[in-house]
Amino acid sequence: MTVLLAATAAVLFGIGTYLVLQRKLSRIIIGLGLIGHGANVVMVSSGRRGRAPIVGNGPDAELADPLPQALALTAIVIGFGVTALLLALAYRSWLLTRDDEVQDDVEDRLVARQGAPDAELADAGEPADDAIVGDAGEAGDAEREAS
Amino acid sequence: VTALLTLPIMVPLLGAGLSILLGGSRRVQRAVALTSLTAVAGLAVALLVTVDRDGPVATQGGGWPAPLGVTLVADRLSAIMLVVAAAMLLAVLVYAIGQPGAERNHVGFQSVYLVMAAGVAAAFLVADLFSLFVAIEMMLTASYVLITLGGRLDQVRAGMTYVVVSLLASMLFVTLLAVTYAATGTVNLADLAGRIADLPDGLRSALAVLMLTVFGIKAAIVPFFFWLPDSYPTAPSPVTAIFAGLLTKVGVYAMIRTQTLLFPESTRPGTLLLVVAGLTMVVGVLGAIAQGDVKRILSFQIVSHIGYMVMGLGLFTLAGLAAAVLYTVHHIVAKTALFLAGGLIEHHGGSSRLARLGGMARSAPVIAALFLVPALSLIGVPPLSGFVAKFALVDAAVARSAWGVTAAALVVSLLTTYSLMKIWVAVFWSPADEPRSDVAAAAARAEPLGGPALMVVPTAVLAAATLAIGLASGPLYDLSLRAAADLLDPAAYLEAVGP
Repeated sequence: MTVLLAATAAVLFGIGTYLVLQRKLSRIIIGLGLIGHGANVVMVSSGRRGRAPIVGNGPDAELADPLPQALALTAIVIGFGVTALLLALAYRSWLLTRDDEVQDDVEDRLVARQGAPDAELADAGEPADDAIVGDAGEAGDAEREAS
Repeated sequence: VTALLTLPIMVPLLGAGLSILLGGSRRVQRAVALTSLTAVAGLAVALLVTVDRDGPVATQGGGWPAPLGVTLVADRLSAIMLVVAAAMLLAVLVYAIGQPGAERNHVGFQSVYLVMAAGVAAAFLVADLFSLFVAIEMMLTASYVLITLGGRLDQVRAGMTYVVVSLLASMLFVTLLAVTYAATGTVNLADLAGRIADLPDGLRSALAVLMLTVFGIKAAIVPFFFWLPDSYPTAPSPVTAIFAGLLTKVGVYAMIRTQTLLFPESTRPGTLLLVVAGLTMVVGVLGAIAQGDVKRILSFQIVSHIGYMVMGLGLFTLAGLAAAVLYTVHHIVAKTALFLAGGLIEHHGGSSRLARLGGMARSAPVIAALFLVPALSLIGVPPLSGFVAKFALVDAAVARSAWGVTAAALVVSLLTTYSLMKIWVAVFWSPADEPRSDVAAAAARAEPLGGPALMVVPTAVLAAATLAIGLASGPLYDLSLRAAADLLDPAAYLEAVGP
């Protein structure tokens, strides 16, 4: 039984890790859910097995350890809440970009480009620096106008 | 004593609830938030005085004795952290109220901020790993909301990275709890302290590495720091400031607490921590040098300076731990002040990109002064707090003959100077690129301080605080030494928590 639970957790962690490494946001969220389940399975299996831990349901030694179950329950609730928030964020991101891909960090690309010769940039057919700076700057300007 | 331990968590939570009920009026909401956080600050000071006089105190939640119940405990380290955290939360709240902008006017801002305050307080006070998990989740969930409150595209993108990485760390935390419980049959820290020593070496190392990973992600040490400079700069300035000051420090606190309390002296990963500390300093500061945006430079510097705290921990000596405590206090104050000053720069200059700013030494001398003081403190110029903290740290490292990490610490100080000079020259000394429009000039004249008074005053108070920490370093270092002595000899802590 322990081996079965351990194998289940391992499979959940494995698939979850694979999904989290994907570029699509929806897959990342499902992957996080699977890893969460894996962690909870490990949690539940960390206590003693036995009958349902209700007072009077048999001798104390035969009852399952209730503490990991309580901890797992709390962890499930927290995971549920955060996943819901993440889904809301993903929906917001989809509304704003109409795309499920996780975008690169604009500033990272700017910094990475500092040392690159201009010709290479032109060949790559990517927008010039100014366009990107403009995007970042306009976001700040918009915020300022809102105030 | 029970009230001193429970109220710092309960008051902000009640305030958060009340603040939602009173959602109709921002003015009332602000009054509620300010009152709750002032109360927390008062309680925290009272707790520090009590703990410093009588030693660690504990209370058993709901009357269930440890290790079954939720036990709250405070020793000198928790009390010091709580006092500093409460002061920062209060100062940043005042700043947020003063800042014009859409986000802080959001109906949920005050309540979410208070929930985060409660989570931070709980993380410092709980006495078992599972409650620590819950406290950190409470704090993080609130921070997810704060970082994306504006709902703009860049915030959603950066917030997503932040949430995904934090959530993954939380899953690892649950796994850590499960493995710990399966191996020892308890998650109470005091209980674990005795039982981990009896575990086989391999299992104990696995637990130690898992703990370092989980708290290392929260604290943003190398190689788990990448999420921080990506996500922090997009939030509104006060939010970034409080994140920079407190959230990573909770991770550092958890590392200090677990590494000193749980693992017996011979098995502590001192060398590993020193190597990680050196790498964290160097990588963080190199990242900072490459950036071209005030908030991003400051964010990379957080990473770099987390390295100094880990260095103090990695020495595992009395002087090293005392220096780590002192450095954490200094860094919380100085970094929060810098981010608040960065917010003022953004407010006055209309952008946080270095290329778009200039000439502010003339147009906003007050902001220049408010930026200069915490910046010098971060570099470590006497008589500011950074000098004392860094001196204590280097002194402790030299006493242990840890030359490699000492050299890294000194070189990184120089590079920190360079990255801050980059901001200083670009924002304050370089000529303004384009003449300011009449509207902007008129707005600047209307604000002789360079910003609304409610934004300038908290920044000035924190800048003064780094000076005060530097000047009062004698008593403060003595207090840190006593806190470090508690950490190295946890007998009183264990006794307070009970069997």
